[in-house]
Amino acid sequence: MLKKTVLNAAHRAMNARMVDFGGWDMPVNYGSQIEEHHAVRNDCGMFDVSHMCPVDVVGADCRAFLSRLVANDVAKLKVSGKALYAAMLNEAGGVIDDLIIYFLTDTRFRIVVNAGTAEKDLAWMQAKVAEWKLDVSITQRRDGANNLGIIAVQGPNARAKVWEVLPQTKAATQGLKAFFGADVDQYFIASTGYTGEDGYEIMLPAGEAEALWNALNKAGVAPCGLGARDTLRLEAGMNLYGQDMDETVSPLDAGLAWTVSLNTDRDFVGKPALTAAGQQKQFLGLILLDKGVLRGHQQIITKQGNGEITSGSFSPTLQQSIALARLPLGVQIGDEVEVDIRGKLLKAKVTKPVFARNGKAVI
Amino acid sequence: MSKVLANLKYAASHEWMLLNADGSVTVGITDHAQEALGDLVFVELPDVGAHFDAEKEIAVVESVKAAADVYAPIAGTVTEVNQAAAEAPESVNQDAYSAWLFKMTPDNVADLDKMLDAAAYQALAE
Repeated sequence: MLKKTVLNAAHRAMNARMVDFGGWDMPVNYGSQIEEHHAVRNDCGMFDVSHMCPVDVVGADCRAFLSRLVANDVAKLKVSGKALYAAMLNEAGGVIDDLIIYFLTDTRFRIVVNAGTAEKDLAWMQAKVAEWKLDVSITQRRDGANNLGIIAVQGPNARAKVWEVLPQTKAATQGLKAFFGADVDQYFIASTGYTGEDGYEIMLPAGEAEALWNALNKAGVAPCGLGARDTLRLEAGMNLYGQDMDETVSPLDAGLAWTVSLNTDRDFVGKPALTAAGQQKQFLGLILLDKGVLRGHQQIITKQGNGEITSGSFSPTLQQSIALARLPLGVQIGDEVEVDIRGKLLKAKVTKPVFARNGKAVI
Repeated sequence: MSKVLANLKYAASHEWMLLNADGSVTVGITDHAQEALGDLVFVELPDVGAHFDAEKEIAVVESVKAAADVYAPIAGTVTEVNQAAAEAPESVNQDAYSAWLFKMTPDNVADLDKMLDAAAYQALAE
């Protein structure tokens, strides 16, 4: 039995093509995922991400807990509302999940974790609270009473559309710089996203989500499925958990070194393993020069040895196939490499792992 | 609801076939198949002159989302490929029954009789 978000009926009413996404019945597109992709790059689109799980972390020891729990340093969170992208590691330095932490007060943080990893994440967090004997309570907000829906409104016109539909939130959100969140009445509105565009992610009581979804649609915001979400995040060079990294992969080999704070005396789970192993691979982009489509798990042949594509697809913005890949150290940006696609060796160029953001190609 | 044409034959692997007056068979993917795949961005066609047994991989269609094999619905030799479909894969999304992929001369034209008719395929695709 697939799980459903509170917007399931709304998706079906909009003729969404529904798929099983990690046990959730989710929209992959509402007709054309390429059109939905362009809507977000050029105007405004919205995604139901209510399958993701908000987790409230409350108590006197919040900071001490989060400081040890994740590889990024919550000491960077000094201003209320500021968000931090972080990896939660196991003892071997593998990634249990990647998540966003919002700092609200010193005794109250909100974390948003991935849908497919929520149960194991919660169990891990609870176990660490007990092990470290801290005054922290962990409460998931996805299922059951007091659950939240999440709608991501993304694109250059996203803020204006949200203010058109929720004018009462404008004063509190118009000053939000990138990667901040604010409580506004019953909403939690954050300037975060997974597309490489400006916009808001809106958490709200689940029972109100469908009315907001329909109001945004009436205001001209295009409903977008997980298909477009994947090509948008791939173009923006944002990692997808389970593809670009998992429990067997070090964040240093997944392009996440910028989120790992190793140079202080702070201790965190996985730090000794990361320090011992160091970086083994580099995480870069590929653009296919021949005709075809790059996909996850395809082998890459370079002068320095073999690598592997972790995520690949067709880029609607570049009109070429692009990929994120784990490559041997020594491979340089600009190198030409070969990719094994169904037994044929096709030419690809190594690039920075960012292809398009803010409406245009950056490569 | 995907479209099915009454004058065509169908394979359970979602190819359609049209028997031409010259005895050749035109093959494409069904409307149901293009809808399931989503926006197509790449089509790889077989070599003209190549022979394929029934149910062998003969072509590849890739959408933004996924790659899918196209199978030879019956045994035969490829006589012509539709380069226009390879150059504009979106034409298969627009009309899967006019954007054919290849033509083949069947080893045994009677093999077509074993394929699904429109009603049987419709039932299968639902």
